[in-house]
Amino acid sequence: MSGQLVAAEGLPWPPSVGDFYPPDLAGPWVTKFTLMVWLAVGILIIFFMASYRNPKLVPSKGQWYAESIYGLVRDNIAREQMGKDGIRFAPYFTVLFCFIAVTNLFGVTPGLQISPNSHIAFPIVLAAITYVMYLYIGVRKQGLGRYLKQSLIIPGVPWPMHFLLIPIEFLQNFINRPVTLAVRLFANMFAGHLILLVFTVGGFVMLASDNIFIQATSIFSFLMAILMAFFEVLVALLQAYVFVTLTANYIGTSLADGH
Amino acid sequence: MYVAAEGVEHHPLVPIWQELVVGSIAFALLCFVLMKFVMPRMEAMYQARVDAIEGGLKRAEAAQAEANQLLEQYRAQLAEVRTEAARIRDDARADAESIRTEILAKAREESDRIIAAGRESLAVERQTIVRELRAEVGGLAVDLASRIVGESLADEARRKGTVERFLTDLESAGAR
Repeated sequence: MSGQLVAAEGLPWPPSVGDFYPPDLAGPWVTKFTLMVWLAVGILIIFFMASYRNPKLVPSKGQWYAESIYGLVRDNIAREQMGKDGIRFAPYFTVLFCFIAVTNLFGVTPGLQISPNSHIAFPIVLAAITYVMYLYIGVRKQGLGRYLKQSLIIPGVPWPMHFLLIPIEFLQNFINRPVTLAVRLFANMFAGHLILLVFTVGGFVMLASDNIFIQATSIFSFLMAILMAFFEVLVALLQAYVFVTLTANYIGTSLADGH
Repeated sequence: MYVAAEGVEHHPLVPIWQELVVGSIAFALLCFVLMKFVMPRMEAMYQARVDAIEGGLKRAEAAQAEANQLLEQYRAQLAEVRTEAARIRDDARADAESIRTEILAKAREESDRIIAAGRESLAVERQTIVRELRAEVGGLAVDLASRIVGESLADEARRKGTVERFLTDLESAGAR
């Protein structure tokens, strides 16, 4: 049924992976996605520079917002996950959190309607930074040998078990961690966009139907789209929080002594 | 099938390398700007605020402690002053008592002395008077006797007159 409807209306139905790759604006360097990333960078720089141009002990409204975000990341993520040592990472975590949150929120921003993080390239960049960071910090803090030993060898197990455990630990600490970090963010944004597409475009497809009952049903589709948009706001912020929290956690284990 | 016709169908798990580059550069720029110009000031402001609050609390505590100490000091001083005043009052009372008894004693002594002096002078006067009287009475007796002897004793009237005269003389002598 839907195939014929779409053929009639020219709507992209059903939603496909192709919807995530709109045509380039001017070559592969200037696309909607790269422009959105620059936009996010611009928004954040302008916001923080403007609100912190003239900081005061008793903050203005903008300064207070900026400080609230910083305070959330500093106290609820960095210090929670890493203790006192975490505070010196708080500036990076704050930038990371803001960047992910803003790019995620592009997914529900009218006119943009898609998050750059639904292209896996951007989550890969962020996860790679986290990966390099926690490896580097672990090796610098403990030395390569001790860091590998701490990461791979679980103390207090019978030695034959290590044949099994070392590969598992290696997989977990050096492969799964960065991959899941990137894929989690990417998949959430990808799926979120897909869900919104299904309900919004699906609503229009039903509305274009000749059958009055199918047309009436489209209202539920639109309602669902609105509901899911709010849900996506929650997911956007939650994924930013999760990404930063896991980053803090990984760096924290690199800093910690013992397993 | 309808839209993807415009571009190459991408596998969503394969990153576009241009996006990797753009993402890295953009994020690096963001990190550089914010971590160089904004975040240090934010952390400094955070610390300043913590200091302001904790410093304020500490200052208040210090002021409170100082006030308590001053209060204690004043209380101690007040108690000291009170005992001092009580001591002075007691001293004054004791002094007044001793002065009173002293004055009384002096007065009594003085009065005794005056009385004694009076008595003495009275006794001296009396002795003088007695001595004078004794001499005079002797003289008078001799005088009277000579007169009585010198007159004719026959005439009682004249005798009577003589005595009368003698007494009158006595009286005039006493009146003198």
